[in-house]
Amino acid sequence: MSHVLAVVEQRDGALRKVSHEVVTGARRLADALGGEVHALIVAAAPVTGAEALAGFGADRVVTATGDGFARYAPEGMAAIIAERARDGGYRAVVCAATATGKDLAPRVAAKLDVSLAADVTDVGMDGAAVVVTRPVYAGKANLRLSVTAAPAVVSLRPNVFTPVERPRAGTAETIAVSTAAGRVTVREVKAAAAGTLDVAEAPIVVSGGRGLKEPENFKLLEELAAAFGGQAAVGASRAVVDAGWRAHGDQVGQTGKTVSPNLYFAVGVSGAIQHLAGMRTSKVIVAINKDKDAPIFKVADYGIVGDLFEVVPRLTEEIRRVRG
Amino acid sequence: MKIAVCIKRVPDSETRVKVANDGRSLDEAGVKFILNPYDEFAVEEALRRKEAAGAGEVAVIAVGTAASQETIRTALAMGADRGVLLQADAVPADGLAVARALAAELQDGGYDLILCGKMAIDDQSYQVGPMLAERLGLPCVTAVTTLSLEGGKGVAEREIEGGVEVVEFPLPAVVTADKGLNEPRYPALKGIMAAKKKPLAVKPFDGGTVGVAVTGMGLPAERQEGRIVGEGAAAVPELVRLLREEAKVL
Ligand SMILES: Cc1cc2nc3c(=O)[nH]c(=O)nc-3n(C[C@H](O)[C@H](O)[C@H](O)COP(=O)(O)OP(=O)(O)OC[C@H]3O[C@@H](n4cnc5c(N)ncnc54)[C@H](O)[C@@H]3O)c2cc1C
Ligand SMILES: Nc1ncnc2c1ncn2[C@@H]1O[C@H](COP(=O)(O)O)[C@@H](O)[C@H]1O
Repeated sequence: MSHVLAVVEQRDGALRKVSHEVVTGARRLADALGGEVHALIVAAAPVTGAEALAGFGADRVVTATGDGFARYAPEGMAAIIAERARDGGYRAVVCAATATGKDLAPRVAAKLDVSLAADVTDVGMDGAAVVVTRPVYAGKANLRLSVTAAPAVVSLRPNVFTPVERPRAGTAETIAVSTAAGRVTVREVKAAAAGTLDVAEAPIVVSGGRGLKEPENFKLLEELAAAFGGQAAVGASRAVVDAGWRAHGDQVGQTGKTVSPNLYFAVGVSGAIQHLAGMRTSKVIVAINKDKDAPIFKVADYGIVGDLFEVVPRLTEEIRRVRG
Repeated sequence: MKIAVCIKRVPDSETRVKVANDGRSLDEAGVKFILNPYDEFAVEEALRRKEAAGAGEVAVIAVGTAASQETIRTALAMGADRGVLLQADAVPADGLAVARALAAELQDGGYDLILCGKMAIDDQSYQVGPMLAERLGLPCVTAVTTLSLEGGKGVAEREIEGGVEVVEFPLPAVVTADKGLNEPRYPALKGIMAAKKKPLAVKPFDGGTVGVAVTGMGLPAERQEGRIVGEGAAAVPELVRLLREEAKVL
Protein backbone atom coordinates (compact mmCIF):
# COMPACT_ATOMS: atom_id res chain seq x y z
CA MET A 1 0.00 0.00 0.00
CA SER A 2 1.27 3.39 -0.84
CA HIS A 3 -1.25 5.77 0.71
CA VAL A 4 -0.51 8.12 3.56
CA LEU A 5 -2.85 9.02 6.40
CA ALA A 6 -2.58 12.64 7.54
CA VAL A 7 -4.03 13.08 11.03
CA VAL A 8 -5.13 16.68 11.38
CA GLU A 9 -6.18 18.63 14.42
CA GLN A 10 -9.17 20.73 15.20
CA ARG A 11 -9.97 22.88 18.15
CA ASP A 12 -13.43 24.19 18.96
CA GLY A 13 -14.74 22.98 15.63
CA ALA A 14 -12.12 24.72 13.51
CA LEU A 15 -9.20 23.09 11.77
CA ARG A 16 -5.85 24.14 13.21
CA LYS A 17 -3.46 25.81 10.81
CA VAL A 18 -0.69 23.31 11.50
CA SER A 19 -2.86 20.85 9.56
CA HIS A 20 -1.68 22.45 6.32
CA GLU A 21 1.86 21.52 7.32
CA VAL A 22 0.80 17.96 8.11
CA VAL A 23 -0.87 17.52 4.73
CA THR A 24 2.18 19.06 3.03
CA GLY A 25 4.48 16.56 4.79
CA ALA A 26 2.14 13.67 4.00
CA ARG A 27 1.96 14.79 0.35
CA ARG A 28 5.73 14.63 0.11
CA LEU A 29 5.71 10.99 1.23
CA ALA A 30 2.73 10.09 -0.94
CA ASP A 31 4.39 11.58 -4.02
CA ALA A 32 7.49 9.47 -3.40
CA LEU A 33 5.27 6.41 -2.94
CA GLY A 34 2.98 7.15 -5.83
CA GLY A 35 -0.01 7.09 -3.48
CA GLU A 36 -2.77 9.28 -2.10
CA VAL A 37 -3.07 11.45 0.97
CA HIS A 38 -6.12 10.83 3.11
CA ALA A 39 -6.70 13.40 5.81
CA LEU A 40 -8.49 12.31 8.97
CA ILE A 41 -10.22 14.64 11.42
CA VAL A 42 -11.90 13.43 14.59
CA ALA A 43 -14.48 15.90 15.87
CA ALA A 44 -17.98 16.27 17.27
CA ALA A 45 -19.29 17.65 13.98
CA PRO A 46 -17.88 18.70 10.60
CA VAL A 47 -15.22 21.36 11.16
CA THR A 48 -14.59 24.64 9.41
CA GLY A 49 -11.46 24.80 7.32
CA ALA A 50 -11.50 21.12 6.32
CA GLU A 51 -12.28 22.02 2.71
CA ALA A 52 -8.93 23.83 2.46
CA LEU A 53 -6.98 20.57 2.84
CA ALA A 54 -7.50 19.51 -0.76
CA GLY A 55 -5.60 22.67 -1.70
CA PHE A 56 -2.53 21.34 0.09
CA GLY A 57 -2.68 17.91 -1.47
CA ALA A 58 -5.30 15.83 0.33
CA ASP A 59 -7.05 13.45 -2.09
CA ARG A 60 -9.64 12.56 0.51
CA VAL A 61 -10.79 14.25 3.68
CA VAL A 62 -12.59 12.07 6.19
CA THR A 63 -14.22 13.57 9.25
CA ALA A 64 -15.08 10.99 11.88
CA THR A 65 -17.73 12.46 14.14
CA GLY A 66 -18.78 11.28 17.56
CA ASP A 67 -20.37 12.83 20.63
CA GLY A 68 -17.33 12.66 22.84
CA PHE A 69 -14.99 14.48 20.49
CA ALA A 70 -15.76 18.16 20.92
CA ARG A 71 -12.65 18.40 23.07
CA TYR A 72 -9.49 16.37 22.96
CA ALA A 73 -10.28 12.79 23.98
CA PRO A 74 -7.00 10.90 23.69
CA GLU A 75 -8.22 7.35 24.12
CA GLY A 76 -11.15 7.45 21.73
CA MET A 77 -9.28 9.48 19.13
CA ALA A 78 -6.25 7.18 19.23
CA ALA A 79 -8.55 4.18 18.82
CA ILE A 80 -10.26 5.66 15.78
CA ILE A 81 -7.00 6.72 14.14
CA ALA A 82 -5.30 3.38 14.78
CA GLU A 83 -8.28 1.50 13.45
CA ARG A 84 -8.38 3.52 10.24
CA ALA A 85 -4.63 3.26 9.82
CA ARG A 86 -4.83 -0.49 10.16
CA ASP A 87 -7.91 -1.06 8.03
CA GLY A 88 -6.71 1.31 5.32
CA GLY A 89 -3.35 -0.45 5.13
CA TYR A 90 -1.52 2.86 5.07
CA ARG A 91 2.22 2.98 4.51
CA ALA A 92 2.63 6.01 6.80
CA VAL A 93 0.67 7.99 9.35
CA VAL A 94 1.64 11.64 9.72
CA CYS A 95 0.65 13.90 12.65
CA ALA A 96 1.81 17.23 14.06
CA ALA A 97 4.09 17.29 17.11
CA THR A 98 1.89 19.87 18.83
CA ALA A 99 0.90 19.56 22.50
CA THR A 100 -1.96 17.35 21.34
CA GLY A 101 0.01 15.44 18.71
CA LYS A 102 2.80 14.65 21.16
CA ASP A 103 0.19 13.04 23.38
CA LEU A 104 -1.74 11.32 20.62
CA ALA A 105 0.91 9.95 18.22
CA PRO A 106 2.63 7.58 20.67
CA ARG A 107 -0.75 6.13 21.64
CA VAL A 108 -1.60 5.49 17.99
CA ALA A 109 1.81 3.95 17.33
CA ALA A 110 1.60 1.71 20.40
CA LYS A 111 -1.87 0.52 19.39
CA LEU A 112 -0.42 -0.44 16.02
CA ASP A 113 2.59 -1.97 17.79
CA VAL A 114 4.97 0.15 15.74
CA SER A 115 7.61 2.74 16.51
CA LEU A 116 7.12 6.48 16.33
CA ALA A 117 9.54 8.93 14.77
CA ALA A 118 8.59 11.98 16.84
CA ASP A 119 9.03 15.68 16.23
CA VAL A 120 10.84 15.33 12.91
CA THR A 121 12.17 18.24 10.87
CA ASP A 122 12.53 16.32 7.61
CA VAL A 123 10.83 13.30 6.11
CA GLY A 124 11.21 11.41 2.85
CA MET A 125 11.59 8.02 1.24
CA ASP A 126 14.87 6.24 0.67
CA GLY A 127 14.06 3.22 -1.44
CA ALA A 128 11.39 1.35 0.48
CA ALA A 129 12.15 2.98 3.84
CA VAL A 130 10.67 6.11 5.34
CA VAL A 131 13.59 8.23 6.48
CA VAL A 132 13.42 11.14 8.89
CA THR A 133 15.65 13.71 10.51
CA ARG A 134 14.96 14.70 14.08
CA PRO A 135 16.75 17.04 16.43
CA VAL A 136 18.21 15.47 19.57
CA TYR A 137 20.22 16.79 22.52
CA ALA A 138 18.18 19.99 22.55
CA GLY A 139 18.90 20.65 18.90
CA LYS A 140 22.64 20.28 19.33
CA ALA A 141 22.59 17.33 16.90
CA ASN A 142 20.33 15.84 14.26
CA LEU A 143 19.65 12.15 14.08
CA ARG A 144 18.81 10.45 10.81
CA LEU A 145 16.55 7.46 11.22
CA SER A 146 15.26 4.82 8.91
CA VAL A 147 11.81 3.62 9.95
CA THR A 148 11.43 -0.03 9.10
CA ALA A 149 8.12 -0.54 10.89
CA ALA A 150 4.94 -0.34 8.82
CA PRO A 151 3.02 1.85 8.95
CA ALA A 152 5.68 4.44 9.72
CA VAL A 153 4.17 6.78 12.30
CA VAL A 154 5.75 10.21 12.12
CA SER A 155 5.02 13.48 13.92
CA LEU A 156 6.19 16.71 12.34
CA ARG A 157 7.68 19.60 14.29
CA PRO A 158 5.36 22.60 13.85
CA ASN A 159 6.57 25.60 11.83
CA VAL A 160 9.14 23.57 9.91
CA PHE A 161 7.15 22.19 6.98
CA THR A 162 6.13 25.26 5.02
CA PRO A 163 2.68 24.55 3.55
CA VAL A 164 2.82 24.05 -0.20
CA GLU A 165 -0.30 24.52 -2.32
CA ARG A 166 -0.92 21.37 -4.32
CA PRO A 167 -4.56 21.46 -5.35
CA ARG A 168 -6.25 18.07 -5.79
CA ALA A 169 -9.78 17.27 -6.79
CA GLY A 170 -10.36 15.98 -3.28
CA THR A 171 -13.41 14.21 -1.94
CA ALA A 172 -14.86 14.84 1.49
CA GLU A 173 -16.95 12.55 3.61
CA THR A 174 -18.27 12.52 7.14
CA ILE A 175 -18.71 9.27 8.97
CA ALA A 176 -20.37 8.89 12.32
CA VAL A 177 -18.47 6.70 14.77
CA SER A 178 -19.71 5.10 17.94
CA THR A 179 -16.29 4.85 19.61
CA ALA A 180 -16.35 5.92 23.27
CA ALA A 181 -14.35 9.00 24.20
CA GLY A 182 -12.42 7.01 26.78
CA ARG A 183 -11.41 7.28 30.42
CA VAL A 184 -9.27 10.41 30.07
CA THR A 185 -11.46 13.46 29.62
CA VAL A 186 -10.77 17.14 29.26
CA ARG A 187 -13.07 18.78 31.79
CA GLU A 188 -12.18 22.33 30.92
CA VAL A 189 -9.87 24.36 28.73
CA LYS A 190 -8.59 27.50 30.37
CA ALA A 191 -7.82 29.66 27.40
CA ALA A 192 -5.28 32.44 27.53
CA ALA A 193 -6.75 35.93 27.21
CA ALA A 194 -8.28 36.51 23.79
CA GLY A 195 -5.74 37.71 21.29
CA THR A 196 -2.73 36.34 23.18
CA LEU A 197 -0.57 34.28 20.91
CA ASP A 198 1.29 31.25 22.18
CA VAL A 199 5.07 31.66 22.01
CA ALA A 200 5.30 28.36 20.16
CA GLU A 201 3.01 29.61 17.41
CA ALA A 202 3.70 33.33 17.11
CA PRO A 203 5.54 34.59 14.03
CA ILE A 204 7.39 37.07 16.26
CA VAL A 205 8.61 36.38 19.80
CA VAL A 206 9.91 39.02 22.20
CA SER A 207 11.64 37.25 25.09
CA GLY A 208 12.90 38.78 28.29
CA GLY A 209 15.36 37.58 30.88
CA ARG A 210 16.76 38.56 34.22
CA GLY A 211 18.03 41.77 32.67
CA LEU A 212 14.51 43.15 33.07
CA LYS A 213 15.21 43.35 36.80
CA GLU A 214 11.58 43.22 37.96
CA PRO A 215 8.43 41.48 36.78
CA GLU A 216 6.65 44.82 36.25
CA ASN A 217 9.23 45.76 33.64
CA PHE A 218 7.89 43.09 31.29
CA LYS A 219 5.38 45.78 30.43
CA LEU A 220 8.10 47.16 28.16
CA LEU A 221 8.15 43.90 26.21
CA GLU A 222 4.39 43.66 26.12
CA GLU A 223 4.31 47.11 24.55
CA LEU A 224 6.96 46.11 22.03
CA ALA A 225 4.99 42.95 21.19
CA ALA A 226 1.78 44.96 20.85
CA ALA A 227 3.52 47.29 18.39
CA PHE A 228 3.63 44.33 15.99
CA GLY A 229 -0.14 44.34 15.90
CA GLY A 230 -1.18 40.88 17.08
CA GLN A 231 1.81 39.14 15.45
CA ALA A 232 4.01 38.81 18.52
CA ALA A 233 4.06 36.86 21.78
CA VAL A 234 6.14 37.55 24.89
CA GLY A 235 8.51 34.77 25.92
CA ALA A 236 10.82 34.36 28.89
CA SER A 237 14.03 32.75 30.06
CA ARG A 238 13.88 30.09 32.71
CA ALA A 239 15.50 32.38 35.24
CA VAL A 240 12.50 34.69 35.22
CA VAL A 241 9.98 31.85 35.08
CA ASP A 242 11.61 30.20 38.08
CA ALA A 243 11.49 33.55 39.87
CA GLY A 244 7.73 33.56 39.29
CA TRP A 245 7.76 36.65 37.05
CA ARG A 246 6.24 34.87 34.07
CA ALA A 247 4.11 31.77 33.47
CA HIS A 248 5.69 28.40 32.71
CA GLY A 249 3.98 28.38 29.35
CA ASP A 250 6.07 31.37 28.29
CA GLN A 251 9.43 29.73 28.89
CA VAL A 252 11.63 29.24 25.86
CA GLY A 253 14.39 26.65 25.96
CA GLN A 254 15.34 23.11 26.71
CA THR A 255 12.86 22.72 29.55
CA GLY A 256 10.41 25.14 27.98
CA LYS A 257 9.08 25.60 24.50
CA THR A 258 10.91 25.22 21.24
CA VAL A 259 10.13 28.13 18.98
CA SER A 260 11.09 28.93 15.39
CA PRO A 261 9.50 32.31 14.66
CA ASN A 262 10.48 34.55 11.77
CA LEU A 263 11.85 37.04 14.25
CA TYR A 264 13.09 36.48 17.80
CA PHE A 265 14.11 39.22 20.18
CA ALA A 266 16.23 38.24 23.19
CA VAL A 267 16.13 41.14 25.61
CA GLY A 268 18.25 40.97 28.76
CA VAL A 269 18.76 37.27 28.12
CA SER A 270 22.34 36.03 28.43
CA GLY A 271 21.96 33.18 25.95
CA ALA A 272 22.67 30.12 28.11
CA ILE A 273 22.98 26.92 26.10
CA GLN A 274 19.62 25.70 27.44
CA HIS A 275 17.93 28.88 26.25
CA LEU A 276 19.54 28.65 22.81
CA ALA A 277 18.19 25.09 22.55
CA GLY A 278 14.69 26.49 22.33
CA MET A 279 15.20 29.31 19.85
CA ARG A 280 18.26 28.67 17.71
CA THR A 281 16.14 27.70 14.71
CA SER A 282 14.43 31.11 14.64
CA LYS A 283 14.86 32.68 11.24
CA VAL A 284 16.20 36.02 12.45
CA ILE A 285 17.50 36.65 15.97
CA VAL A 286 17.98 40.09 17.51
CA ALA A 287 19.78 40.47 20.83
CA ILE A 288 19.65 43.46 23.13
CA ASN A 289 22.08 43.17 26.01
CA LYS A 290 24.31 45.54 27.89
CA ASP A 291 27.15 43.02 28.03
CA LYS A 292 28.92 42.90 24.67
CA ASP A 293 30.38 39.49 25.59
CA ALA A 294 27.01 37.87 26.34
CA PRO A 295 26.80 34.50 24.52
CA ILE A 296 23.51 35.49 22.90
CA PHE A 297 25.47 37.70 20.48
CA LYS A 298 27.13 34.54 19.11
CA VAL A 299 23.83 33.36 17.62
CA ALA A 300 22.16 36.71 16.97
CA ASP A 301 21.93 38.07 13.44
CA TYR A 302 21.71 41.61 14.77
CA GLY A 303 22.70 42.94 18.14
CA ILE A 304 22.47 46.16 20.04
CA VAL A 305 24.80 46.57 22.98
CA GLY A 306 23.09 48.79 25.46
CA ASP A 307 20.69 49.30 28.32
CA LEU A 308 17.40 47.66 27.46
CA PHE A 309 15.52 50.30 29.42
CA GLU A 310 16.67 52.84 26.84
CA VAL A 311 16.70 50.63 23.75
CA VAL A 312 13.34 48.89 24.06
CA PRO A 313 11.09 51.98 24.36
CA ARG A 314 12.91 53.51 21.39
CA LEU A 315 12.45 50.28 19.44
CA THR A 316 8.74 50.14 20.25
CA GLU A 317 8.38 53.70 19.00
CA GLU A 318 10.26 52.94 15.79
CA ILE A 319 8.23 49.77 15.09
CA ARG A 320 5.00 51.69 15.61
CA ARG A 321 6.28 54.35 13.24
CA VAL A 322 7.28 52.01 10.41
CA ARG A 323 4.12 49.97 10.73
CA GLY A 324 2.16 53.20 10.60
CA MET B 1 0.38 4.30 47.60
CA LYS B 2 2.53 2.08 45.48
CA ILE B 3 4.26 4.17 42.84
CA ALA B 4 6.73 3.37 40.06
CA VAL B 5 8.86 6.01 38.36
CA CYS B 6 10.60 5.41 35.04
CA ILE B 7 13.93 7.18 34.94
CA LYS B 8 16.62 7.62 32.33
CA ARG B 9 20.30 8.46 32.45
CA VAL B 10 20.99 11.31 30.02
CA PRO B 11 23.87 13.64 29.17
CA ASP B 12 23.88 16.87 31.18
CA SER B 13 22.10 19.73 29.42
CA GLU B 14 25.40 21.66 29.20
CA THR B 15 26.99 18.92 27.10
CA ARG B 16 28.91 20.02 24.01
CA VAL B 17 27.82 17.43 21.51
CA LYS B 18 30.43 15.61 19.42
CA VAL B 19 29.63 12.78 17.05
CA ALA B 20 31.40 9.49 17.81
CA ASN B 21 33.55 7.68 15.25
CA ASP B 22 30.65 5.45 14.21
CA GLY B 23 29.00 8.56 12.75
CA ARG B 24 25.72 7.93 14.49
CA SER B 25 26.05 8.32 18.21
CA LEU B 26 27.24 10.75 20.85
CA ASP B 27 30.92 10.76 21.67
CA GLU B 28 30.64 10.16 25.41
CA ALA B 29 34.21 11.13 26.23
CA GLY B 30 34.14 13.72 28.99
CA VAL B 31 30.34 13.85 29.05
CA LYS B 32 28.69 14.18 32.44
CA PHE B 33 25.51 12.15 32.88
CA ILE B 34 22.55 13.07 35.02
CA LEU B 35 19.07 11.90 35.94
CA ASN B 36 16.78 13.24 33.19
CA PRO B 37 15.44 16.56 34.60
CA TYR B 38 11.80 15.68 33.82
CA ASP B 39 12.25 12.38 35.65
CA GLU B 40 13.45 14.36 38.65
CA PHE B 41 10.03 16.03 38.72
CA ALA B 42 8.47 12.57 38.49
CA VAL B 43 10.57 11.17 41.36
CA GLU B 44 9.81 14.23 43.50
CA GLU B 45 6.09 13.87 42.83
CA ALA B 46 6.18 10.20 43.79
CA LEU B 47 7.99 10.95 47.04
CA ARG B 48 5.51 13.68 47.96
CA ARG B 49 2.56 11.36 47.28
CA LYS B 50 4.04 8.66 49.44
CA GLU B 51 4.88 11.13 52.20
CA ALA B 52 1.36 12.58 52.10
CA ALA B 53 -0.17 9.10 52.29
CA GLY B 54 2.13 8.22 55.15
CA ALA B 55 2.74 4.81 53.67
CA GLY B 56 3.62 3.10 50.45
CA GLU B 57 6.55 2.42 48.21
CA VAL B 58 8.37 4.27 45.46
CA ALA B 59 10.19 2.04 42.99
CA VAL B 60 12.39 3.48 40.25
CA ILE B 61 13.10 1.63 37.05
CA ALA B 62 15.51 2.34 34.23
CA VAL B 63 16.42 0.78 30.92
CA GLY B 64 20.10 1.44 30.38
CA THR B 65 23.67 0.27 30.52
CA ALA B 66 25.34 -0.74 33.79
CA ALA B 67 26.17 2.95 34.28
CA SER B 68 22.47 3.64 34.90
CA GLN B 69 22.93 2.13 38.35
CA GLU B 70 24.40 5.48 39.31
CA THR B 71 21.23 7.24 38.09
CA ILE B 72 19.09 4.83 40.08
CA ARG B 73 21.20 5.54 43.16
CA THR B 74 20.54 9.25 42.68
CA ALA B 75 16.79 8.61 42.80
CA LEU B 76 17.24 6.31 45.81
CA ALA B 77 19.21 9.09 47.50
CA MET B 78 16.29 11.45 46.92
CA GLY B 79 14.18 8.95 48.83
CA ALA B 80 12.93 6.20 46.52
CA ASP B 81 12.79 2.79 48.16
CA ARG B 82 14.15 0.41 45.56
CA GLY B 83 15.48 0.30 42.04
CA VAL B 84 15.32 -1.96 39.01
CA LEU B 85 17.75 -1.80 36.12
CA LEU B 86 16.78 -3.48 32.88
CA GLN B 87 20.29 -3.71 31.60
CA ALA B 88 21.03 -3.29 27.90
CA ASP B 89 24.23 -2.90 25.92
CA ALA B 90 22.75 0.31 24.58
CA VAL B 91 19.33 1.94 24.88
CA PRO B 92 17.54 1.43 21.55
CA ALA B 93 16.48 4.52 19.61
CA ASP B 94 13.00 2.99 19.49
CA GLY B 95 10.74 4.20 22.30
CA LEU B 96 8.37 1.31 21.77
CA ALA B 97 11.09 -1.22 22.60
CA VAL B 98 11.81 0.65 25.85
CA ALA B 99 8.08 0.85 26.65
CA ARG B 100 7.63 -2.87 26.04
CA ALA B 101 10.39 -3.76 28.49
CA LEU B 102 9.14 -1.33 31.12
CA ALA B 103 5.59 -2.63 30.72
CA ALA B 104 6.69 -6.23 31.18
CA GLU B 105 8.46 -5.30 34.40
CA LEU B 106 5.65 -3.13 35.81
CA GLN B 107 2.72 -5.22 34.63
CA ASP B 108 1.97 -7.26 37.72
CA GLY B 109 3.38 -4.81 40.24
CA GLY B 110 0.03 -3.51 41.47
CA TYR B 111 1.08 0.12 41.17
CA ASP B 112 -1.48 2.86 41.89
CA LEU B 113 0.48 5.34 39.85
CA ILE B 114 3.28 5.16 37.29
CA LEU B 115 5.20 8.35 36.65
CA CYS B 116 7.50 9.27 33.78
CA GLY B 117 9.03 12.48 32.51
CA LYS B 118 7.28 14.13 29.56
CA MET B 119 10.46 13.59 27.56
CA ALA B 120 14.06 12.52 27.92
CA ILE B 121 16.33 15.48 27.13
CA ASP B 122 18.62 13.37 24.95
CA ASP B 123 16.22 11.80 22.42
CA GLN B 124 13.33 14.22 23.20
CA SER B 125 10.86 11.62 21.95
CA TYR B 126 7.87 12.35 24.23
CA GLN B 127 6.67 8.82 23.74
CA VAL B 128 7.70 6.23 26.30
CA GLY B 129 5.05 7.26 28.88
CA PRO B 130 1.97 7.03 26.65
CA MET B 131 3.31 3.90 24.94
CA LEU B 132 3.87 2.27 28.30
CA ALA B 133 0.29 3.17 29.27
CA GLU B 134 -1.04 1.59 26.07
CA ARG B 135 0.90 -1.60 26.75
CA LEU B 136 -0.50 -1.73 30.28
CA GLY B 137 -3.99 -0.74 29.23
CA LEU B 138 -3.91 2.18 31.68
CA PRO B 139 -5.20 5.71 31.25
CA CYS B 140 -2.48 8.27 30.64
CA VAL B 141 -2.08 12.02 30.94
CA THR B 142 1.05 13.62 29.57
CA ALA B 143 3.08 16.71 30.40
CA VAL B 144 1.23 17.66 33.55
CA THR B 145 2.04 20.80 35.51
CA THR B 146 -0.39 20.15 38.38
CA LEU B 147 -1.71 16.88 39.73
CA SER B 148 -4.25 16.07 42.40
CA LEU B 149 -5.33 12.57 43.32
CA GLU B 150 -8.32 11.72 45.44
CA GLY B 151 -10.57 8.75 45.86
CA GLY B 152 -9.28 6.75 42.94
CA LYS B 153 -9.50 9.71 40.60
CA GLY B 154 -6.94 12.17 39.32
CA VAL B 155 -7.18 15.70 37.99
CA ALA B 156 -4.24 17.21 36.16
CA GLU B 157 -3.47 20.33 34.18
CA ARG B 158 -1.45 20.31 31.01
CA GLU B 159 -0.38 23.17 28.81
CA ILE B 160 -1.53 23.32 25.24
CA GLU B 161 -0.90 26.07 22.72
CA GLY B 162 -2.66 29.14 24.04
CA GLY B 163 -4.21 27.54 27.09
CA VAL B 164 -4.36 24.89 29.77
CA GLU B 165 -6.37 21.66 29.67
CA VAL B 166 -7.87 20.36 32.90
CA VAL B 167 -7.94 16.59 32.54
CA GLU B 168 -9.75 13.96 34.62
CA PHE B 169 -8.83 10.30 34.75
CA PRO B 170 -9.26 7.22 36.92
CA LEU B 171 -6.43 5.51 38.81
CA PRO B 172 -4.27 3.53 38.36
CA ALA B 173 -2.74 5.63 35.59
CA VAL B 174 0.45 6.68 33.88
CA VAL B 175 1.26 10.38 34.29
CA THR B 176 4.18 12.18 32.68
CA ALA B 177 5.69 15.19 34.40
CA ASP B 178 6.38 18.63 32.97
CA LYS B 179 8.41 21.39 34.53
CA GLY B 180 6.35 23.32 37.05
CA LEU B 181 4.87 20.22 38.69
CA ASN B 182 7.12 20.68 41.72
CA GLU B 183 10.58 21.72 42.85
CA PRO B 184 12.73 18.57 43.11
CA ARG B 185 14.74 18.13 46.30
CA TYR B 186 18.48 17.64 46.38
CA PRO B 187 19.61 14.36 47.89
CA ALA B 188 20.90 15.00 51.42
CA LEU B 189 24.10 13.33 52.63
CA LYS B 190 22.00 11.04 54.81
CA GLY B 191 19.98 10.02 51.76
CA ILE B 192 23.13 9.36 49.76
CA MET B 193 24.45 7.07 52.51
CA ALA B 194 21.09 5.29 52.86
CA ALA B 195 20.84 4.82 49.08
CA LYS B 196 23.89 2.59 49.07
CA LYS B 197 22.01 -0.01 51.10
CA LYS B 198 18.71 0.10 49.25
CA PRO B 199 17.84 -2.83 46.97
CA LEU B 200 18.74 -2.51 43.29
CA ALA B 201 17.78 -5.45 41.10
CA VAL B 202 19.49 -5.91 37.74
CA LYS B 203 17.66 -7.85 35.04
CA PRO B 204 18.27 -8.32 31.33
CA PHE B 205 16.52 -5.91 28.93
CA ASP B 206 14.21 -7.37 26.32
CA GLY B 207 12.50 -4.86 24.06
CA GLY B 208 11.42 -7.12 21.21
CA THR B 209 11.77 -6.06 17.60
CA VAL B 210 13.20 -2.63 16.98
CA GLY B 211 11.40 -0.67 14.26
CA VAL B 212 13.76 2.24 13.67
CA ALA B 213 17.43 2.27 12.84
CA VAL B 214 19.76 5.21 13.34
CA THR B 215 21.62 5.79 10.10
CA GLY B 216 23.55 8.88 11.04
CA MET B 217 24.05 11.79 13.38
CA GLY B 218 25.14 15.23 12.30
CA LEU B 219 25.59 18.62 13.82
CA PRO B 220 23.28 21.42 12.74
CA ALA B 221 24.75 24.16 10.63
CA GLU B 222 26.26 26.70 12.98
CA ARG B 223 24.41 29.97 12.99
CA GLN B 224 26.59 32.57 11.45
CA GLU B 225 27.64 35.07 14.01
CA GLY B 226 25.79 38.24 13.13
CA ARG B 227 26.84 41.75 13.75
CA ILE B 228 26.51 44.37 16.39
CA VAL B 229 24.44 47.09 14.79
CA GLY B 230 25.50 49.66 17.33
CA GLU B 231 25.29 50.83 20.91
CA GLY B 232 22.29 52.08 22.82
CA ALA B 233 19.03 53.58 21.62
CA ALA B 234 20.83 55.44 18.82
CA ALA B 235 21.27 52.10 16.99
CA VAL B 236 17.54 51.43 16.83
CA PRO B 237 16.72 53.10 13.48
CA GLU B 238 19.54 51.20 11.78
CA LEU B 239 18.34 47.92 13.34
CA VAL B 240 14.82 48.48 12.09
CA ARG B 241 16.14 49.38 8.63
CA LEU B 242 18.12 46.12 8.51
CA LEU B 243 15.14 44.09 9.66
CA ARG B 244 13.07 45.60 6.86
CA GLU B 245 15.51 45.83 4.01
CA GLU B 246 18.07 43.12 4.61
CA ALA B 247 16.29 40.45 6.67
CA LYS B 248 12.89 41.38 5.24
CA VAL B 249 11.03 40.27 8.35
CA LEU B 250 9.09 43.47 9.01
C1 LIG C 1 18.53 21.31 33.13
C2 LIG C 1 18.44 22.78 32.83
C3 LIG C 1 17.45 23.21 31.98
C4 LIG C 1 17.33 24.58 31.67
N1 LIG C 1 16.34 24.97 30.80
C5 LIG C 1 16.26 26.28 30.45
C6 LIG C 1 15.26 26.73 29.53
O1 LIG C 1 14.43 25.95 29.05
N2 LIG C 1 15.24 28.03 29.19
C7 LIG C 1 16.12 28.95 29.71
O2 LIG C 1 16.04 30.14 29.36
N3 LIG C 1 17.05 28.56 30.60
C8 LIG C 1 17.14 27.26 31.00
N4 LIG C 1 18.05 26.90 31.93
C9 LIG C 1 18.77 27.96 32.68
C10 LIG C 1 19.95 28.57 31.96
O3 LIG C 1 21.09 27.80 32.24
C11 LIG C 1 20.17 30.03 32.44
O4 LIG C 1 20.36 30.02 33.84
C12 LIG C 1 19.04 30.99 32.12
O5 LIG C 1 18.67 30.88 30.76
C13 LIG C 1 19.49 32.42 32.39
O6 LIG C 1 18.42 33.32 32.24
P1 LIG C 1 18.67 34.84 31.85
O7 LIG C 1 19.38 34.90 30.57
O8 LIG C 1 17.35 35.52 31.97
O9 LIG C 1 19.54 35.39 33.07
P2 LIG C 1 21.06 35.76 33.16
O10 LIG C 1 21.93 34.67 32.71
O11 LIG C 1 21.25 36.31 34.53
O12 LIG C 1 21.23 36.93 32.09
C14 LIG C 1 20.71 38.21 32.22
C15 LIG C 1 21.27 39.03 31.08
O13 LIG C 1 20.70 40.33 31.09
C16 LIG C 1 21.70 41.27 30.76
N5 LIG C 1 21.28 42.55 31.33
C17 LIG C 1 21.20 42.89 32.63
N6 LIG C 1 20.74 44.14 32.76
C18 LIG C 1 20.53 44.63 31.51
C19 LIG C 1 20.08 45.86 31.00
N7 LIG C 1 19.72 46.87 31.80
N8 LIG C 1 20.00 46.01 29.68
C20 LIG C 1 20.36 44.99 28.83
N9 LIG C 1 20.79 43.80 29.27
C21 LIG C 1 20.88 43.61 30.60
C22 LIG C 1 22.96 40.71 31.34
O14 LIG C 1 24.10 41.22 30.65
C23 LIG C 1 22.78 39.21 31.13
O15 LIG C 1 23.35 38.81 29.90
C24 LIG C 1 18.20 25.53 32.25
C25 LIG C 1 19.20 25.10 33.13
C26 LIG C 1 19.33 23.73 33.42
C27 LIG C 1 20.43 23.30 34.34
N1 LIG D 1 15.65 4.08 28.96
C1 LIG D 1 14.64 4.45 29.77
N2 LIG D 1 14.50 3.90 30.99
C2 LIG D 1 13.49 4.25 31.82
N3 LIG D 1 12.59 5.19 31.52
C3 LIG D 1 12.69 5.78 30.33
C4 LIG D 1 13.71 5.45 29.39
N4 LIG D 1 13.54 6.20 28.29
C5 LIG D 1 12.47 6.99 28.53
N5 LIG D 1 11.96 6.74 29.75
C6 LIG D 1 10.82 7.42 30.41
O1 LIG D 1 10.00 7.99 29.43
C7 LIG D 1 10.03 9.41 29.51
C8 LIG D 1 9.96 10.00 28.12
O2 LIG D 1 11.10 9.67 27.38
P1 LIG D 1 11.20 9.79 25.79
O3 LIG D 1 9.97 9.21 25.24
O4 LIG D 1 12.44 9.02 25.45
O5 LIG D 1 11.37 11.26 25.49
C9 LIG D 1 11.28 9.73 30.30
O6 LIG D 1 11.18 10.97 30.95
C10 LIG D 1 11.32 8.55 31.27
O7 LIG D 1 10.41 8.75 32.34
